[in-house]
Amino acid sequence: MEESTVSTVTAVIDGQQVQVQTDTTILEAARQYDIPIPTLCYHPALVPYGACRLCIVEVKRGNVSRIVSSCTYHLQEDGLTIDTQSERVLRDRRVIVELLLARCSNVKIIQDLANKLGIERPRFSLKDENCILCGLCVRVCEELMGESAISFVGRGPERKVMTPFQEATEACIGCGACAFVCPTGAIEIEDVTGKRTMVNWQTTLERRRCRICGNYFAPEVELNRLEGKLDLLKESLEVCPQCRRKLTGKEWLTGIRASPSL
Amino acid sequence: MKRLRSASELEELRKSLLAGRDPSQPMIAVCSTTGCSASGAKTVVAALQRELVSQGLENKIGLKATGCHGFCERGPIVVMYPQKIFYQQVKEEDVPEIVSRTVVNGEVVDHLLYKDPTTGETIAFEEEIPFYKKQMRILYANNGKIDPTSIEDYIYLGGYSALSKVLFTMTPDQVVETIKRSRLRGRGGAGFLTGRKWEVARQAPGEVKYVICNADEGDPGAFMDRSLLEANPHSVLEGIIIGAYAVGANEGYIYVRNEYPLAVKHVGIAIEQAQAYGLLGEDILGSGFDFHFRISRGGGAFVCGEETALLASVEGLCGEPRPRPPFPAVKGLWGRPTVLNNVKTWANVPHIINRGADWYASIGTEKSKGTMVFSLVGKINNTGLVEVPMGIKLRELIYDIGGGIPGGKKFKAVQTGGPSGGCIPDSLLDLPVDYEALTKAGSIMGSGGMIVMDENTCMVDVARYFLNFTREESCGKCTPCREGIERMHQILTAICEGRGQEGDIEWLEELGHVAQDAAFCQLGKTAPNPVLTTIRYFRDEYEAHIKDKKCPAGVCRALIRYFVVEDKCTGCGLCRRNCPENAISGKKKQPHVIDAEKCIRCGLCFDLCKFDAIGVE
Repeated sequence: MEESTVSTVTAVIDGQQVQVQTDTTILEAARQYDIPIPTLCYHPALVPYGACRLCIVEVKRGNVSRIVSSCTYHLQEDGLTIDTQSERVLRDRRVIVELLLARCSNVKIIQDLANKLGIERPRFSLKDENCILCGLCVRVCEELMGESAISFVGRGPERKVMTPFQEATEACIGCGACAFVCPTGAIEIEDVTGKRTMVNWQTTLERRRCRICGNYFAPEVELNRLEGKLDLLKESLEVCPQCRRKLTGKEWLTGIRASPSL
Repeated sequence: MKRLRSASELEELRKSLLAGRDPSQPMIAVCSTTGCSASGAKTVVAALQRELVSQGLENKIGLKATGCHGFCERGPIVVMYPQKIFYQQVKEEDVPEIVSRTVVNGEVVDHLLYKDPTTGETIAFEEEIPFYKKQMRILYANNGKIDPTSIEDYIYLGGYSALSKVLFTMTPDQVVETIKRSRLRGRGGAGFLTGRKWEVARQAPGEVKYVICNADEGDPGAFMDRSLLEANPHSVLEGIIIGAYAVGANEGYIYVRNEYPLAVKHVGIAIEQAQAYGLLGEDILGSGFDFHFRISRGGGAFVCGEETALLASVEGLCGEPRPRPPFPAVKGLWGRPTVLNNVKTWANVPHIINRGADWYASIGTEKSKGTMVFSLVGKINNTGLVEVPMGIKLRELIYDIGGGIPGGKKFKAVQTGGPSGGCIPDSLLDLPVDYEALTKAGSIMGSGGMIVMDENTCMVDVARYFLNFTREESCGKCTPCREGIERMHQILTAICEGRGQEGDIEWLEELGHVAQDAAFCQLGKTAPNPVLTTIRYFRDEYEAHIKDKKCPAGVCRALIRYFVVEDKCTGCGLCRRNCPENAISGKKKQPHVIDAEKCIRCGLCFDLCKFDAIGVE
C-alpha cells in the first residue's frame, strides 16, 4: 500500500476532534465536520478575504486565547482548541451583525442573520444601504473573470464599489458574475431587448441575438471574450441557453454526442 | 566621486576627510530641516551668506545647513563652531550681529541664547539646556553636525564603518545573532524583536528576499521619522544595507509619504551618493554583495503604515491590509520573505554593530532596550523631538525635558502612540516608558507620538477627535472598524452635543472591545484605545456630560455658557463690537450682558477680553 504523502493536522472544534489536511482553514475544517460558522464574504471559489468578520472564532493555545477570522486562519500545527460559539465570539458576532443591520436595515439576508442571533432592532440609527462591502463582486470580477472592471473606491465610511472614475467602463463585459455572487442583491442588471445595462456600473452593452430563435441573450463583448478564453465551439456561443439545451439534447438523443452535458 | 572597492579604500577616504578638515576652524551650522525652515531658517542662511561675503569672510568661515536638533519650539537654531554656542529663535536681522560679534570678535550674543524660564539664567551650550540634559542622543547625535546632503559629512563621522565591518568580518548569521542579542525591538509600534524577525526571514525558503523601510509616519503631531530622514538619511540607509546582507536580500524599498518632500529629496540624494561611492548597488565595497534600493512614495493613507497594507501599496495595489499569518517575514512583498522595519529601527543597527550588542542591551529596561525618540507636542513648553533611554519616567519627559505645561496650567493627560494610543492620567506620571508598562496602562508605545494635554482639554472631546481621525483613515475593509468606529464616533459626538444617554459609556466599551477583538488589522484593533482609556481614567467627565449636561473643561459648545463677570467688565465694548451674532449688549463703561439665546458659543469674546471678564461654565 502506498503511503499517503498528504500531511494532516488535528484540532478540537467545539469539543469535536477534527483531522484535516495541513493548511486547511478553520472554516473549511469546520464545514468538513458539519460545524456551522456563519459567513458573508466567503466563497469557496475565491481567495479568502476576511472582511465581514462574521466567521470569527476563538482560538486557544495553552492559556492564550484570541479571536481570529476562521476563513483566513490556516491550520498548520496540532493542538489548537477552537470555539465557534464562545461567549466572546457570540458577543462580537452579535455586535457585527447589529452594525451590518444598522447599515443595511432592509436587506433580508442580514435581517435573517440578526433574527438567528436574537437581535430585534439595532441600537444605532438606521441606514438604508444594500451593499455590505463584502467584496465578492470585486473579487469574482478579478479572480475568476480576469476583468477587474470594478474595485473599491474611497476609505472608511466613504468606501464603495465602483468602476474607475465612477464612469461607464469598457472593462465590464456584462457577464453578471458580480450580481450572481452578491449576497444582498445589491447589483442590478437590466436586460431590455438588444441591450444589457449593469445599472451599478453605469455600463450598457449590446446583446447578441440567438441564431435559432432570434432572442437576445448575452452581451457581445462577453461572448467574444469567452470565445477567446475557452475552447468552446464557436457555434454554441451563437445560440441562447434555451436553444443550446434543445440542440445538445437532440444531438445526444441521436447519438452524435456521448453525454448530455456540453 | 571615486567608487570605493574595499574596506581600506573607505578607511582611506575617511582619513583624507579627517586630514582635510580642521575642527578648530569656525563654522556656522543652521538647522534647515522642515521645523526650522518653517520658522525662517532659509532666510537666515541667505542672510548669513550675504553677510559673510560683504565682510569678506566667505572663505574663512564655513556655513552649513544641517539637520534637526529637535528643539523645534526654539527654531531657527544656529550653532557656532568650534565654541558650540547655541543660538535660538534667530531672525534675519540678528545675522549682522552674529557675524560681527561672534564670528569676528568671538563674543557671545546674549539675547540669542536660551533663557531658562524657571531660573532666568541664559545658557550658551546645547548640552547644558534642560531640554537636552536628560536626553540620550544616539540616533539623533549627529543631526546638528552634518549636512544631510553630504555623504562625506557622514563618512567623516565614521559613517558606513558598520557596513564595512559587517561585509568583511561577519557572516549574515552573526549579524542576525548580534541584533538578537541587543534585544532591539521594532520602533514602529508593535515592538517585535527585530533580530527574531530577521532570523525568520533569513531562514524562510526562497532566493529572492526584500527589506523595506517603513517611513509612512502618519500620526497627527508626530515627525520623528521625517526628521531623521531629513537630517541623517545615510544612518538609516546604512542600517538597511546591513539588514539586507543579514537576511539575504538584494533589493529593498523605502516607503515614504509624498507629503515629506524634504525627506524624499534627502533620501534620494543619499541613495545616489551611496551608489556613486559603491556603498550601494552592485558589489558593495568589493565584497560581492549586491543591494539595490528604491524609493516608493506613498499617497498619505494612514493605513499604509500597517505593514501588509504597505506591501500592497508598494506592489501598486490599493493600500489594504492582508491576513497575517503568513507574516511578511515569510511571505511579504510579491509573496517573498520581506523584512519591514521602521526608520528608527534601521537607524539603530549601525550603532549596535559598531558598539556591540551588550552596550545596546545595557541601555533601557529589562524588556525594552535602547533609546526611543518621542515627538513631544501639545500643551507643553518645549515642543520638539526628544531621544531618551527606555524606562525614563513620563514625569521626567514632560517636566524636566518638556519644561512642563505653558501658562501655569495643570497637566491633565498625555497621549502616547499616536491616534491609536491611550490617554495616561496624572496618577500614572511615574510610569516608566517601556512597551509593557504603556500597554498595561491601556496605551501603546506606537511610533513615538506624545501629545500633552492640560486642564482645559475635554477628554470626551479628545476621544472624539482621535476617533474621527481613525474613522476617516480606516480603509473600510472590515465591519468592526468601518462601521464600529463610525458608530462610536456618533455616540461620542452625541455626548459632546449634550445628547448623551445613560448606558452610552457601557455601549462605547462594548463596541470598543469588539473592535479590539475582531477588527482585521491593528488600525481597527487599536482605534478604540483613546475612548477606552479616557473612560478608564476620566469616567467622571463622561458622566458630567451625560448626566449633568456639563463639560467640566469648558470645551463642548453645546454644554457651556459664556457670561460676563460684572465686577471685572469695564464696558470697553470690544466683545460687543466683535460678536458675530450681536449677542452682547451694554452701554459704554457699563457691564455688558450676553444673550444666551443668541450666543453660538464661538468663544470670541472669551479670547478677546483683556480683563478676564468673560466666564465660562
